[in-house]
Amino acid sequence: MLNYAWLVPVFPLIGFIILIFFGYRLKAKAPAVSISMAALSALFSIFLLIKVILGQTLEANYPWIKVGEKIFNAGFVIDPLSAMMLATVGIIATLIQIYSIGYMHGDKRYSRFFAYMSLFLAAMLGLIIANNFIQLYICWELVGLCSYLLISFWFEKPSAALAGKKAFIVTRIGDTGFFLGILLLFATTGYVGFTEIFNAVQSQTISPVILTISAVLLFCGAIGKSAQFPLHVWLPDAMEGPTPVSALIHAATMVAAGVYMVARLYTIFSASTTALAAVAWIGVITLLLAGSIALVMDDIKKVIAYSTISQLGYMMMGLGVGGYTAGVFHLMTHAFFKALLFLCAGSVIHGVHTQDIKKMGNLRAKMPVTFIAFLVGGLALAGIPPFSGFFSKDEILIAAFDSNKIIYGLALLGVLFTALYTFRLIFLVFLRRGWHEEGPDAHESSLVMTVPLIILSFFAAFIGLLGIPKFNLFHEFIHFGHEVPTPNYTVMFIGLGTAVIGIIIAWIIYGARSLSLNRLKTTFAPVYNLLKNKYYFDEMYDYVFVKTTTMISGILALFDKTVVDGVVNLAGYLIVVLSNIQKWIDVHIIDGMVNLSGWITAAAGNKLKYIQTGFIQNYTFIIFAGILIIIIIRTAF
Amino acid sequence: MIIMLSHYLVLAAILFCVGLWGVLSRRNAVGILMGVELMLNAANINFVAFSNYITPDVISGQIFSIFVMAIAAAEAAVALAIILNIYRVYTDIDVTKINMMKW
Repeated sequence: MLNYAWLVPVFPLIGFIILIFFGYRLKAKAPAVSISMAALSALFSIFLLIKVILGQTLEANYPWIKVGEKIFNAGFVIDPLSAMMLATVGIIATLIQIYSIGYMHGDKRYSRFFAYMSLFLAAMLGLIIANNFIQLYICWELVGLCSYLLISFWFEKPSAALAGKKAFIVTRIGDTGFFLGILLLFATTGYVGFTEIFNAVQSQTISPVILTISAVLLFCGAIGKSAQFPLHVWLPDAMEGPTPVSALIHAATMVAAGVYMVARLYTIFSASTTALAAVAWIGVITLLLAGSIALVMDDIKKVIAYSTISQLGYMMMGLGVGGYTAGVFHLMTHAFFKALLFLCAGSVIHGVHTQDIKKMGNLRAKMPVTFIAFLVGGLALAGIPPFSGFFSKDEILIAAFDSNKIIYGLALLGVLFTALYTFRLIFLVFLRRGWHEEGPDAHESSLVMTVPLIILSFFAAFIGLLGIPKFNLFHEFIHFGHEVPTPNYTVMFIGLGTAVIGIIIAWIIYGARSLSLNRLKTTFAPVYNLLKNKYYFDEMYDYVFVKTTTMISGILALFDKTVVDGVVNLAGYLIVVLSNIQKWIDVHIIDGMVNLSGWITAAAGNKLKYIQTGFIQNYTFIIFAGILIIIIIRTAF
Repeated sequence: MIIMLSHYLVLAAILFCVGLWGVLSRRNAVGILMGVELMLNAANINFVAFSNYITPDVISGQIFSIFVMAIAAAEAAVALAIILNIYRVYTDIDVTKINMMKW
């Protein structure tokens, strides 16, 4: 059965094709197609996962392109890593699509939305099972395309159209590096298949310098896709898309692709300490940067978006410090609880019709299911046992502690931030009494939206139990090399303590309001402004790249208009002058010669015409005279 | 006196010259036509004389002269028809006055 694994991405692709052609006619039945296809691939993925857990793996190759002597294979790989990702992505995508029935109800491009969602899912599943760089890159770009289509789904809003463009262009910058990395590896080894390249890396046939360069270039792709510093700027803007899209992008498809890619190519990364250090430090910078910005955002979706960037930073850092299992584990747990948080946020937005948390409050009473689900997701995100985030984050912290104490310290600060911004949301949105009471139109969402929340809540709450220290089933399933997990209870309690401190601070500021928020804002005004403006990244990029480009273009345009156009105009003018000279020669000399010959002919004819006398006897006389002359000449000579 | 081939040839030459003179000097179109007939008959005499004196066994010369006479008769018919038409247009057959075909 494993050799039918390629069907997993094909199901949603079929859904996409049906919906893109017949979606308009299907109207309200459109979700049935895409959801059934997604559910089919999710079920098949779970089935595959069970097979893999029982010990089967498969890598299949089929000849695809033949160029000269070289044969490029198309294939897929089903191993613990890809099976786990397939199941995670399949389940989450199915739940999100069910939720979308309620959330997108009444949208004028209803079927189109589900078509894009299906393509997005197909691309991500294809990316997961790819066993060579060509397939990986194709799916990688398809994922980017779908994110563009879905982020700017409500393109009538200029901000949504701009956000889609921004996401596409910013990730493309990373993709360029990724592509260069692929080309470098192909040029060095002559292979595009992962297995062949891994063999080359392990047999040390690639020089360390080239290996490091290509690993860093490949990581550029992950920086763009997984919104790492300094290309993280697209992700918060991507909140312009519909909330289920945000959930899908953040949990399962888009941003997970970068982390998954690093995990899939871990052989290449782990062979270069420089590359691993780059991964780790980029991760740390990202998690602190995004975590601190999330503290002050007022848009509920943006807070969660920055939280995603921060958590992706954790995964990258985990992979970078050698915690392969930890990073992948966090990728999985995060997928569940972040999907949950986003869908809760969508439910809240659906209920109160605003995204501004200043205008929300005391929603616990009005939206109890959403509140419980959000609380579960929040506790998982903050890292409180026994919720899933605790175990995965703990593993990452242990890996960081074992590798680099500075990184560990910064990661702990990130834990504090995480707990703080998560519970800031919970206190402000759900538990705030007396401030601005929300209007009477706030209501709990329909069943089609709350049921996925409940299912995801269970996953978010309990999936972490797979990775309990000492009985680490997840580690036995997915690991790299022969590293042995070493439970470190000191680190565990320090991490837990930090998270609890964060929650307490959040309670002091936002729950009990013992500290005046306004006084804090004025006391730390420079810091507050810096965070509020997201470290001025957008402004800096605007100034450094956009403005500079515009200025250079202006100079070039000036050059173009004066020098290049001048040369062209001069050439044109010279050609006109030359043509005039040629015209004069043509009219006076060439035509003159033709006319002259004509005139000569006419004149000669005019004179010679008098030979024709019209007298028959003249002609006869000439005939006989001629004959006589000929005879005389003949006889004389 | 024995009549030799040369006598016939001289007769034919005289006849030819008379015909030529007629063609060149006559103003009447019918006169010109008669001159042409004389020239053709001069040629006929030559044919018959050569046939008789050079190749007595073969009579191709005589046959040829009969062809010439037949063609001359046809020619005279066509020419007289043309002259008749010219007369209808010009009421004259003086060739010096019929010079419409000059330049």
